[in-house]
Amino acid sequence: MATRITRRLEALKAEDRAALVTFTMAGDPNYQASLDTLKGLPEAGADIIELGMPFTDPMADGPSIQKAALRALKGQHTQHKTLEMVREFRRDNQETPIVLMGYYNPIYRYGVEQFLKDASEAGVDGLIVVDLPPEHDSELCLPATRAGIDFIRLATPTTDDKRLPRVLENTSGFIYYVSVAGVTGAAAPTPESVERSITRIRAHTDLPIAVGFGIRSAEQAASIGRFADAVVVGSALISCIEHADSVEAGTRDVHALVRDLARGVRQARLATA
Amino acid sequence: MSSATASNTRFSKGPDINGFYGDFGGRFVAETLMPLILELEEAWEWSRTDEAFRRELEGYQRDYIGRATPLYYAERLTEHLGGAKIYFKREDLNHTGAHKINNCIGQILLARKMGKKRIIAETGAGMHGVATATVAARFGMECVIYMGATDIERQQPNVFRMKLLGAEVIPVESGTGTLKDAMNEALRDWVTNVDSTFYLIGTVAGPHPYPAMVRDFQSVIGRETRAQILEKEGRLPDTLMACIGGGSNAMGLFHPMLDDESVHMIGVEAAGHGIETGEHAASLNGGEPGVLHGNRTFLLQSRDGQITDAHSVSAGLDYPGIGPEHAWLHTQKRVEYVSITDHEAIEAFKLCCELEGIIPALESAHSLAHLRKIAPDLPEDHLIVLNMSGRGDKDMASVANWLEQHGDTEKLPNTTVEAAEPGRIDDMQPPHDVAKKTGETE
Repeated sequence: MATRITRRLEALKAEDRAALVTFTMAGDPNYQASLDTLKGLPEAGADIIELGMPFTDPMADGPSIQKAALRALKGQHTQHKTLEMVREFRRDNQETPIVLMGYYNPIYRYGVEQFLKDASEAGVDGLIVVDLPPEHDSELCLPATRAGIDFIRLATPTTDDKRLPRVLENTSGFIYYVSVAGVTGAAAPTPESVERSITRIRAHTDLPIAVGFGIRSAEQAASIGRFADAVVVGSALISCIEHADSVEAGTRDVHALVRDLARGVRQARLATA
Repeated sequence: MSSATASNTRFSKGPDINGFYGDFGGRFVAETLMPLILELEEAWEWSRTDEAFRRELEGYQRDYIGRATPLYYAERLTEHLGGAKIYFKREDLNHTGAHKINNCIGQILLARKMGKKRIIAETGAGMHGVATATVAARFGMECVIYMGATDIERQQPNVFRMKLLGAEVIPVESGTGTLKDAMNEALRDWVTNVDSTFYLIGTVAGPHPYPAMVRDFQSVIGRETRAQILEKEGRLPDTLMACIGGGSNAMGLFHPMLDDESVHMIGVEAAGHGIETGEHAASLNGGEPGVLHGNRTFLLQSRDGQITDAHSVSAGLDYPGIGPEHAWLHTQKRVEYVSITDHEAIEAFKLCCELEGIIPALESAHSLAHLRKIAPDLPEDHLIVLNMSGRGDKDMASVANWLEQHGDTEKLPNTTVEAAEPGRIDDMQPPHDVAKKTGETE
């Protein structure tokens, strides 16, 4: 049976447009504001939602996302609360796929089987776990897939043709191409170089390809959405929360930026048609 | 009983092909780093059997580091404690003042072999940073050292040394500004500069092959100790002791004798204010298994899997994890892991200064403190080798501050705290410059 992620991406493909994938951190700046932000994302134009699981030591993330995680943890956010947030979201929304993104240790401590059971019941559709390469598929990737949760893997500029098949082997839902060898929030490379990389990956897989890292504006989203199946925006949204004058303003600013990005993504292929 | 012959080889065999020691170890890193780690593993595997590499390494060990280090009979300490016969393996006599250089020489030779031009490292007490800056200078490579802002404050002489050696020292403000945070920042740099950069990890932790590779380079300590004690005493030691932060000096001492069943081994963790207070750095005695910095090991963490801050009077032990091979040896009960508080370490530090004329590193003072506890009750023919992992020059300010805070002012001249010459160091890198540099790397 196709998962919610696959159904959504296939529907958008039929519309000939890229998906907008938004990333926010669960519990940032507090539980209620984070939930309010989450609930408003589909209406603002998010096609797939990535929700960060806060971790004290996010080694592959830049300063914005690290600070967001620490804000959430300072407010006593936990893995259980992240799943509770997904459950609350699902009460009103059965359509928008939710992918949890983070690091392995909080899941490991929760207990892999219990986590997958609870995540599945809460309505989680996919997992991105940054520090679990294919060498450790038996830890979480394979059990997640068995539990009906897509395991989405990152491919990077350092993932060469020799390694790509390994990375793609047990990946499902979509493949996330990290367009720069760097941490989140880094400067974006040119759309031309990203397009070359996407063409290279397409030669190895039929999975939809999302592109992330460094995309901050509607224009950038449009230029990537021209050829990618999905465009991921994270640090720019997190920055809205970080720099807002009030908690309510943070939520409002995130939704405004998502509306703008969604417009960019929707126009991407029209402009070149 | 003759214990010079190994009767059991299973403890020295790890890791397996995926970098695991039992359940511990592995390669839990972002995909960006995986190709580089696999390349490094190839280089390390090659180095283990290449005769020319071995000869080059031994040449630098002898003529640059000053190996072999002596195995010294600590006669006055032995008499004072009135029990076991105590030897110190004098890693404090190495070039740069600690065991850290053993590993740095090995890794920089591999970095050269791999064509890397830029070296990054993290450091806590600064000894690994100094050793890294030293070998980078020796081989003409660009060197960037990440160091927690808190550690920069308490280890200023080493910051000064690194800068003199040509390294750029980048303060890390995140978290508590200690070794864990410096390691996160070094990993971020590596992810960003993966093509040009070699990450020179300073302890037996991190993703495979680092724990095994660092152990191999440090095992020179145990190999020498084994030969030296056989020459001096005609038999193997009864007990080996070493302090544990990440655990590289201990692994280096223990590994060549892990399969000698008669040799008891004790690793000494930092209990800080006491394990019961929660303010400590004893990952094995006060932590739980988890995954951080590329490996599964024992970690200080909350029930929800968030990493908690370590505390120790010794910056070099102030890390919430431990090498995965130690985690395995702990669960296998091959090595006994104990813990020592800040207070006990300082008392042992003073005793060693007074009785042996050796100012030990605060790290080594932890194992000295446990030695004080056990040696008096052991028979006179019991041989203990304690790894004097480094010298304590770098710790003068920390010790002086501690003594002052605890009203132990007998030895403190008015100028003691000036040992660190803070004014001169501060002048070299004003805080606003520090912040700017941190920003540039992110």
